[in-house]
Amino acid sequence: MDNLTVEAIELTRLYGGRAAVSDVSFSLAKGQVLGFLGPNGAGKSTTMKMLTGNLAPSAGSVKICGIDMMENPKEAKALIGYLPEMRPLYKEFTVDEYLTIAARLHKVPGKHIKKAVESAKARCGLTHMSKRLIENLSNGYQQRVGIAQAIIHNPMVVILDEPTVGLDPIQIRDIRALIKEIGQEHSVIVSTHILPEVEMVCDHVQIIDKGKLVFNGGIDVLKRQRVGNKLMLGFRNPPTEAALLQISGVAEVEQVDGMMRVRFAEGSTPHEAIVEASVKQGWGLYQIAPDQTSLEDVFVQLTYQEAAPVEEKAA
Amino acid sequence: MVLSIARKELKSMFASPMGWIILALLMFAFGTYYLNGVNNYFEVMSGAIRPAERYGVTQFVGQTVYGVASFIMLFAVPLLSMRLISEERRSQTMPFLFSAPLSLSEIVIGKFLGLVIFLAILVGYIALMLSTLNIWSDIDFGYIIANSVGLLLLVASFSALGLYFSSLTSQPIVAGILSFIALFVLMILDRFFAGDPTNIMSQLSLMKHFQSFAGGLIDTADIAYFALFIITFLTLTIRRLDADRLRG
Repeated sequence: MDNLTVEAIELTRLYGGRAAVSDVSFSLAKGQVLGFLGPNGAGKSTTMKMLTGNLAPSAGSVKICGIDMMENPKEAKALIGYLPEMRPLYKEFTVDEYLTIAARLHKVPGKHIKKAVESAKARCGLTHMSKRLIENLSNGYQQRVGIAQAIIHNPMVVILDEPTVGLDPIQIRDIRALIKEIGQEHSVIVSTHILPEVEMVCDHVQIIDKGKLVFNGGIDVLKRQRVGNKLMLGFRNPPTEAALLQISGVAEVEQVDGMMRVRFAEGSTPHEAIVEASVKQGWGLYQIAPDQTSLEDVFVQLTYQEAAPVEEKAA
Repeated sequence: MVLSIARKELKSMFASPMGWIILALLMFAFGTYYLNGVNNYFEVMSGAIRPAERYGVTQFVGQTVYGVASFIMLFAVPLLSMRLISEERRSQTMPFLFSAPLSLSEIVIGKFLGLVIFLAILVGYIALMLSTLNIWSDIDFGYIIANSVGLLLLVASFSALGLYFSSLTSQPIVAGILSFIALFVLMILDRFFAGDPTNIMSQLSLMKHFQSFAGGLIDTADIAYFALFIITFLTLTIRRLDADRLRG
């Protein structure tokens, strides 16, 4: 248990009687990257604010490496690096000045400040921007300064609220690599609504909707839900549905704009049988591919279903 | 930690030309009054025939300069203090301070100290300027020290009140205007009750408590008043920021 870096216990936040976040519990171990997903207004940012001590929870508690955020806020905050949704940049300073202030406020010892600033700049690709005023930097570079500010004191937990917003594709790739790199030694919590990003950088996913946690588990659980058990088939001389259903393992056939979608029973693999039948009977098979439900579909399924929350624990 | 915040505030004041310009303009204004004071001294004193009407150059020039300084600060401090918190609110940089390992009191006291150090430059400058009179005259340093202490306490009180008003809003201009009005009322409060000097309300006036320093007297009762004034508004500011965290 001493490996846990973040523990959120029944976090609840009320805004005038309306619960923005209700009863959210989760924990994060060292070396994990947690993706925080949810539609707009679901409570992602509110949860992150509570995790970082910017907002007091109405009920529940947050522990960072076993230190309670309410009781020992200073010690707990020292272990966190946080980049809020709106970048907290003092635009009248240069990159170097700003990062030095950040290091000093995070109690980096005086003689290490220079080194900390240099390494944060190097990690975020800011070295050649040292003397520029933050105000004059492009959006993407400002975002990098925001991230550099969050990792400057080498915190145990890094919390990034939508870190890749407004970046160009190359920068996004760099930032993702950076998140992965940080995630190896520390814990990272990333909120986003770019779904493929979650797949790329996170090994844990949480989906929050209307203030409630609707999914909490490993990324592989989500992926499994996604791959499913469907095949897309394209025929030049389409057979009747009945003919396909005769092939063992095929459970359901559906016509989808000129193609056929075949759902097969759990555990069976009718792929070869379908190809064989097609060759024998001259159906003219030109395409056979697994029909992946996109991550978006899984997301929509999870956030729009009225049913009880899916609670799946990762293996 | 308090000093780190104070340093940050000072740095941000001098990062733009504004800090320098305000310093330069104020020093120019004080310098003008100083020169006028010196020039007038000989005119006035040569006209004063009876010995009882004559008084020292320190007091004569000091009165002019410190009198105008306390009045100019009434405008200058709200201008400087208005951005302290409201600007951070507007540009959403508050989370930067809130998520650093700092307590709210450290943040507030640090910001307050940053501004007071900036203003102390001016107070020190005035004292230095008046001390140059010593070159051709024998001046009363006690008078200058008492006035400097008084002026510093006065501007520190202005800053504390300005800081509080700055924490109430995310519009620096609104904060500036509000603190100016509040300070103005507090300054001239004793005039409203001039007919009845024992009235409790007149005791609240900032100017009344500055008066004894202006006369060269360091009175602990007045120091206590300014200290309480500062502590009250700093506490209110901390409470206000805490409410942010609680209510969101």
